[in-house]
Amino acid sequence: MNRASGADALLVIVPALNEEGAIGEVVRQIRQHVPDVPVLVIDDCSEDGTIGVARAAGADVLPLAHHLGLGGCVQAGYKLAYELGFEYVIRVDGDGQHDARDIPAILERLKSTGCEMVIGSRFVEENGSSTGMVRGLGIRFFRMVLRPILGKPVRDPTSGFVGVNRRALEVFARSFPLEYPEIEALVVLQRRRFRFEEVPVKMHPRLAGRSTITPRKSLYYIVHVLLGVFVNILKYDGRPRPGRGG
Amino acid sequence: MDSLLHVTAVLSVVLLAMVLISLRRAHIRVEYSVSWLLAAVAMLLLSLSRPVLDAITRWTGVPDSPLTLFLITGTVFLVMFFRFSVIISHLRDDNVALTQRVAMLEYRVRSFEQE
Repeated sequence: MNRASGADALLVIVPALNEEGAIGEVVRQIRQHVPDVPVLVIDDCSEDGTIGVARAAGADVLPLAHHLGLGGCVQAGYKLAYELGFEYVIRVDGDGQHDARDIPAILERLKSTGCEMVIGSRFVEENGSSTGMVRGLGIRFFRMVLRPILGKPVRDPTSGFVGVNRRALEVFARSFPLEYPEIEALVVLQRRRFRFEEVPVKMHPRLAGRSTITPRKSLYYIVHVLLGVFVNILKYDGRPRPGRGG
Repeated sequence: MDSLLHVTAVLSVVLLAMVLISLRRAHIRVEYSVSWLLAAVAMLLLSLSRPVLDAITRWTGVPDSPLTLFLITGTVFLVMFFRFSVIISHLRDDNVALTQRVAMLEYRVRSFEQE
């Protein structure tokens, strides 16, 4: 994959860290449901065979030289997509929780509404997806925090199943939260008066491996994201430093 | 109370020596050593010149001179730590941008080689 092919070209990006057990199936599912769309796995310096398995399944791989965290990893994909001329990018997590059958719906909503971001949401309509109790509480808390900031409700602010168009891609290539990007990215878009929509999606338990989220990390997550949200509200754009991560 | 000032003076000399040795061994860059050197020299001068310290104490209304010295020292170090946090944040941003750029260039080289 050297350049985007066509004016409406879509790229699916899959950030992955040590997802050897799941990444092959994730890539195969994407290729099955959106056959002509290139799939780019961004490897955040995995210590297992993630890169080899992803390539064997038919994905292109962007291997990072050292661990950047989820935001840095996703932003690398956005930057490459922007440079290669893609019009739309949809992010799918590498652990198999996102259902590739929902990709066409996200793309269709991006195209039909012209909004800058479409979030695959578990809560737009009842579809059997469930979250843990702590995560559920966190989601409700951030819904309340974000409602006045965004000026409209967002039902699933922590969803990583997200599609963006080229306008958002341009912004995210320059400035993107490094650690826990989902919620802060919404505020980044709001600062530019960009629009987002949600479409119902189904999410599954991860295909392999274990989540690294612990109660302590959850608390750190809440504090970190809250701070990030308020910093983004107050942020002075000033003169951008070249290549700044955001 | 004078003994506290003597301890501070000794600590300043130790800090000064540490910074100079680190500079000589190239463990710290000159631009990052300047603020440490200035802080150490300021601490040393204040702890050795009681009249100046007493004048600052009277002017600020702090109860006694050693406390004034520690307040000044604490403030200087807080400012320095903040400055270093800013520098570290810049370095982190640069590091992320470089890692992404290298990955993208490697990706494109690989793509061209495969064609």
